[in-house]
Amino acid sequence: MTTAPPTSTGPAPSVEHDKAAESRVGLILRARELGIVLALAALVVVTAVVNPRFLSGQSIRDLVLAAAIIVVLAVGQAVVVITRNIDLSVGSVLGLSAFAVGSLLQAAPGVPVVVALLVGLAFGAVCGLVNGVLVRFGNVPALVVTLGTLYVYRGIGFFWAGGQQINADKLPPGFLAFGTAGVLGVPWLIIIALVVVLVAGLYLRTYRSGRELYAMGSNPEAARLAGIPVGRRTLAAFVVSGALAGLAGVLFAARFGTIDASAGTGMELNVVAAVVVGGVAVFGGSGTIWGAAIGALLLTTIGSALPVLGIDQFWQQAIVGALILLAIGTDRVVAARIAASLRRRESHVVS
Amino acid sequence: MASPEPGRPLLAVRSVAKSFGAVSAVRDVSFPLYGGEVHALVGENGAGKSTIVKMLAGLHRPDSGTIELDGQPVELHSPADALAAGIAVIYQEPTLFPDLSVAENIFMGRQPLRSGRRIDRRAMNARAAAYFTQLGVAIDPDRPARGLSIADQQIVEIAKALSLDARVIVMDEPTAALTGVEVKRLFAVAESLRAGGAALLFISHRFEEITALCRRVTIMRDGAHVSTDPIDELTVDEMVRRMVGRPLDTLFPKHDVVPGDVVLEVEGLTRAGVFADVSFQVRAGEIVALAGLVGAGRSEVVQAVFGVDPRDSGEVRVDGKSLRGGSPAAAMRAGVALVPEDRRQQGLVLDASIERNITSTRLGSLAKLGLLVGGAERRFARDWAARLQTKYSHLTDPVGRLSGGNQQKVVLAKWLSTQPRVLIVDEPTRGIDVGTKAEVHRLLSDLAADGVAIVMVSSELPEVLGMADRVLVMREGELVAELPRAEATEQTVMFAATGQGAAA
Repeated sequence: MTTAPPTSTGPAPSVEHDKAAESRVGLILRARELGIVLALAALVVVTAVVNPRFLSGQSIRDLVLAAAIIVVLAVGQAVVVITRNIDLSVGSVLGLSAFAVGSLLQAAPGVPVVVALLVGLAFGAVCGLVNGVLVRFGNVPALVVTLGTLYVYRGIGFFWAGGQQINADKLPPGFLAFGTAGVLGVPWLIIIALVVVLVAGLYLRTYRSGRELYAMGSNPEAARLAGIPVGRRTLAAFVVSGALAGLAGVLFAARFGTIDASAGTGMELNVVAAVVVGGVAVFGGSGTIWGAAIGALLLTTIGSALPVLGIDQFWQQAIVGALILLAIGTDRVVAARIAASLRRRESHVVS
Repeated sequence: MASPEPGRPLLAVRSVAKSFGAVSAVRDVSFPLYGGEVHALVGENGAGKSTIVKMLAGLHRPDSGTIELDGQPVELHSPADALAAGIAVIYQEPTLFPDLSVAENIFMGRQPLRSGRRIDRRAMNARAAAYFTQLGVAIDPDRPARGLSIADQQIVEIAKALSLDARVIVMDEPTAALTGVEVKRLFAVAESLRAGGAALLFISHRFEEITALCRRVTIMRDGAHVSTDPIDELTVDEMVRRMVGRPLDTLFPKHDVVPGDVVLEVEGLTRAGVFADVSFQVRAGEIVALAGLVGAGRSEVVQAVFGVDPRDSGEVRVDGKSLRGGSPAAAMRAGVALVPEDRRQQGLVLDASIERNITSTRLGSLAKLGLLVGGAERRFARDWAARLQTKYSHLTDPVGRLSGGNQQKVVLAKWLSTQPRVLIVDEPTRGIDVGTKAEVHRLLSDLAADGVAIVMVSSELPEVLGMADRVLVMREGELVAELPRAEATEQTVMFAATGQGAAA
């Protein structure tokens, strides 16, 4: 019989192992978000060198205003993706909410902006609730459910609008001013996006129910066994995503002033791209709100930097595509490396 | 050790029954769990032990009967109810969240809080560290659970039970994948939990562990309660007799076969980190069993032989011809068939019809001009289903609707119809009832008599001992023993599999 290799390691070496593995893993996780920040910084520097006007006040202002809406959507999407689901209906919900709030303001111009925001939020929450109910009780994958509601919500929007368009001159000036004005020179849209990021980020990091969302995405079966109310949390995640898409619809209406039934078409893919590039794993369980927000900022910056650099529209899409593949590829390679190294280290086999 | 009759049981299972469809998984089972005692629950696979565990975990509700805690009936509607009642279950496969830290895994849903209901990470890590100190292990509470060894994962599960102040702790085959040192550590922990007044329910197939750890034993067979006795009133032989409940020879109708030429040769097969330097030969007409503990690498070896998994080095020859690695198609052409371990995931397309499943390996020869036309497919499927005495109502029914035993027959039919020279079966009778088990065994025996070389991976020792001409024992990825039928006993195989005989 062969001599048995040392099997279970004693306490001391195993601590070292654990520490080493942990710091390595921690480093990679930190590097994951650091990577996006560096990419963003590099892009800004290069673009500014080519065209210094890229860093002018107006240009930056336009950039962050455009990013604010995507960031709000990305936060909602991240919450859903962390639970190992996906919400493809956000673009349609945004369009529907924008049109609903636009119609409301057209009919009752005296409605305060806060009420408009709340109406959009509530409207989106209802759409999200429908998604959540279908996913939870229909036992259908979220991809299919929300692909369906993407078309359903869009269809309702077209039916409702009937080809009509709400123009800026029909909207109350106070609402339009909200789209550009702010406090101490910081536009409201940005303040709202920041608040959403901070609240959601804090919630997912430090609240029990927030951690349970990660647990559900990390191992759904174990989540059930641990007594986590998986159905209720799933429902809540979709309601949050829908509500934020509704809120983004109001921001969209305020910023652009012109709303028709096709507002926000195709936006869901940009949002999913932002979340994935931001390091939220598509299979759930890991990633952060900050990462998703930075991912959204990066994609928006690419969108406005490439024209400044004189790069073709076609290349913009190709670059976004390449970034997604790079992000997913990095995650897979890193995961495989970690798994392989742990497997070799933990195994008792002498090879 | 004297076993005074303790007072009221902490938890009592009272005549519970549970059926799934027409299949009765558990009927009229009762036993008490006393505080400060370890209670063994034994029975063959499929005897209904895991159904009992799932009832205690709040995953299944009994159709009739009750579970009583401190003399009061409790309704366990969900895992949360069971946890709230102080019942913690440690599963054979630990159920952790790989992306979250070890401390979060322990305290999920019950994390210590600070102001504003925020999670107090520092307190959480400190408390987790305190549990690990108590358990005598060094695991960093802040590291992710991904990559922990099975033993460490089980320690995390035990820390979870400690943090729940669980009074009833169910351990479902906790030692199946552990090495000797790790088993000792687990036993020390179990002993201290017991001394602390908890009631432990311990499920294991290893009698030396049961006699060493437990005070009382409940035996189940085919879903029914057989007996509950203090352990020192029972011999191991008596326990086995009650578990099996029938003479072993009818369950294992083994023909004596004179082995023919070597058909399958495996030489130096290695896959880094999984198994190393595995070599063996199988002759025509021989049944060779691969035995060992769960996680010893048996399934991985046969999957590499068949080419589903890649191999890093080594050679596989069929009839002297070398087989390309990583190609199941090449293996099938050479006459090798693999009936996988997990028939639902790997062996069948559950939603497809019975006939489609049976003919899926033979589409090429059944098709005319590349099309499956006429009744050839149906005739072929009907023929094979009849040969294996498969019970079905329509050949067009989805195969998922059949019972486990009949599903297994469909998988066998699918592969036997290729008329293999080498048949590899991985856990051929897992989760199927005793009657069908005997049929599957008879079938394997007949095939061997017809000159097929059979490699059988099995975790059921009686099956290994009853069916195999030779037993190859694996431990931790290595082939550690080869025992001819005459020398293979429960003791010799288990000693080799656990490595405990080597040191003694």
